[in-house]
Amino acid sequence: MERGDVSLNGIKIMFGSVKVLENLDLDVAKSEFLVLLGPSGCGKSTLLNAVAGLIDVKDGQIWIGGRNVTWEEPKDRGIAMVFQSYALYPRMTVRGNMSFGLKVSGTPAAEIARRVEEAAQMLRISDLLDRRPSELSGGQRQRVAIGRALVRKVGVFLFDEPLSNLDAQLRAELRVEIKRLHQQLGATMIYVTHDQIEALTLADRIAVMHGGVIQQLDTPAKIYREPKNRFVASFVGSPAMNFIDGRIEAGATFDGGGLRVPLAGYAFAGNPASGPATLGIRPEHVVTGSDAREGAFDATVELVEPMGADSLVWCRSPGGAAFSMRLPGDTAVRSGDRQRASFPAASLSLFDSTNGKRL
Amino acid sequence: MPGFPRRLTSRAAAGLALLPALTILLVAHLGSTSWTIWISLTSSRMLPNSNFVGLRQYETLLNNDRWLVSAQNLAVFGTLMVVGSLLVGLLLAIAIDQRLRVENTLRSIFLYPFSMSFVVTGLAWQWMLNPTHGIQKLVRGWGFETFQFDWIVRQETVIYTLVFAGIWHAAGLVMAIMLAGLRGIDEEIWKASRVDGIPAWRTYVSIVIPMLGASFATAGILLSASVVRLYDLAVAMTNGGPGLASEVPAKFVMDHLFERGNLGLAAAAATSMLVTVVSIAAPLLYARSRARTAETRR
Repeated sequence: MERGDVSLNGIKIMFGSVKVLENLDLDVAKSEFLVLLGPSGCGKSTLLNAVAGLIDVKDGQIWIGGRNVTWEEPKDRGIAMVFQSYALYPRMTVRGNMSFGLKVSGTPAAEIARRVEEAAQMLRISDLLDRRPSELSGGQRQRVAIGRALVRKVGVFLFDEPLSNLDAQLRAELRVEIKRLHQQLGATMIYVTHDQIEALTLADRIAVMHGGVIQQLDTPAKIYREPKNRFVASFVGSPAMNFIDGRIEAGATFDGGGLRVPLAGYAFAGNPASGPATLGIRPEHVVTGSDAREGAFDATVELVEPMGADSLVWCRSPGGAAFSMRLPGDTAVRSGDRQRASFPAASLSLFDSTNGKRL
Repeated sequence: MPGFPRRLTSRAAAGLALLPALTILLVAHLGSTSWTIWISLTSSRMLPNSNFVGLRQYETLLNNDRWLVSAQNLAVFGTLMVVGSLLVGLLLAIAIDQRLRVENTLRSIFLYPFSMSFVVTGLAWQWMLNPTHGIQKLVRGWGFETFQFDWIVRQETVIYTLVFAGIWHAAGLVMAIMLAGLRGIDEEIWKASRVDGIPAWRTYVSIVIPMLGASFATAGILLSASVVRLYDLAVAMTNGGPGLASEVPAKFVMDHLFERGNLGLAAAAATSMLVTVVSIAAPLLYARSRARTAETRR
């Protein structure tokens, strides 16, 4: 297997006169699983296609495995790619799909057969080898597409929203499969998705993208707990983080929505200062009932969404700010009830109201 | 049921709207066809009669040199023109599919011949191919005194000039159909083949063209229909000549109907054409419909 570190330096991509990406840097270590996460149109797929060599860059360099491949053909870059629509060759059998690229490149037949066999076993599609793609289910098709990537024996695998066309159950199943493959192969994987669950479960590191810019590049835990700005905070996490507008007073209390939240224990990024700010807290970090501590208040329950294991409870603060909290699935809380709650400083996120940056 | 009368009216309206088409189908198509088949079994000459003679007209037909030449010509023309048009049309479509800047202009130019009638096509090509005032004269005028291009006046080559004009006429239509097919192919298939390192020509041959089955079928059926109908092109371009060298079955039928006053033989010829077409088309249509049912069942 080849070396598989990927390095992007100052990438600029234009579509006609529209700038999609500019001066973008990204380093992916060998054997790392990096997820590019963002809403549609944020440039994540464009970036992946540029790594693959399917889109030309206007400026900047792409290094893969220690080689500058900026102007090399996709096949020479030491990459393999899996697509959202599977992109299988419909008139060929599964075996044909997996072996055609190797055949064209002149690999000996015995070697092709060995690789196809090995990949098919790894993906448990050995008994499908003589079928056509039209005779397969969506999940099986995507396995074949992954198999076609595996037989290339490369160091870097690129996934372009590979699970987006599958239903929820298959998606969960294949997600595990991909993670297992990553552990088995030890290859570098770059994975594009707009699904934050996929990103959080699969990634070693996540790059959250928005408007052609990487907003935050961190481990899933860091991204989830310490989002660098308001966009990352709102995009990652389901159910979404609550936001309450207000002010920070003397760097010690947050004042907004009729609440006074003490900030002792909050790790400020810079020096705490007074001024307008937005408080963010995830539903599961709201402390409720008798556990509520400093700054506790009575919230009015407006709506209960039971979700099985737990319930999402929508409340309103005394000052009228709406927020949600997560309670156990068997909670007896009903709409109209009053619920004691507090926001612990350690699990808060505070953002500058003007530029959205974490304080 | 309060809605019932209203539904009845809408049904009646639908039936009324279909009536003209149904009448045409029954009278013009089925009626004329059965009448033609009946006439072919009679001894009708100038005027139709009902003197039943069994298959005698068909016997005469099979011993008629002119008919045999016509049938043979149609086979040659049909094969070459269908294959040639598919090939040229496909190549044009692939050329245009390379995202050229002038795509729209080229598409109109290539499709333009199809908008002309066969009569105009035939006349234009007849002028160009005529050795005394066409291409041959032009090239000789440039100083190449020995240049010869007289296929249209030679018995053994005249049929190929018809093929040539036929391809010129139909290739644009095939191109349009093929281009639509090419544009319908998922962009990611192309990306996948590039990542796999498959050269563009190989991708076309092994992956993309096999995906154009429906386009080939559509174009093939349209072309075949125009092959069987081949009449006006032959009349305008060569009028069956020189000698009998470019006679075709439809012309045989027309000549015997209106010039030679032999209704029975003309009807037998027309019926033979119908039987040939049906015996070729029926198994194909049957196979297609079976394939489609299998598809929907899955």
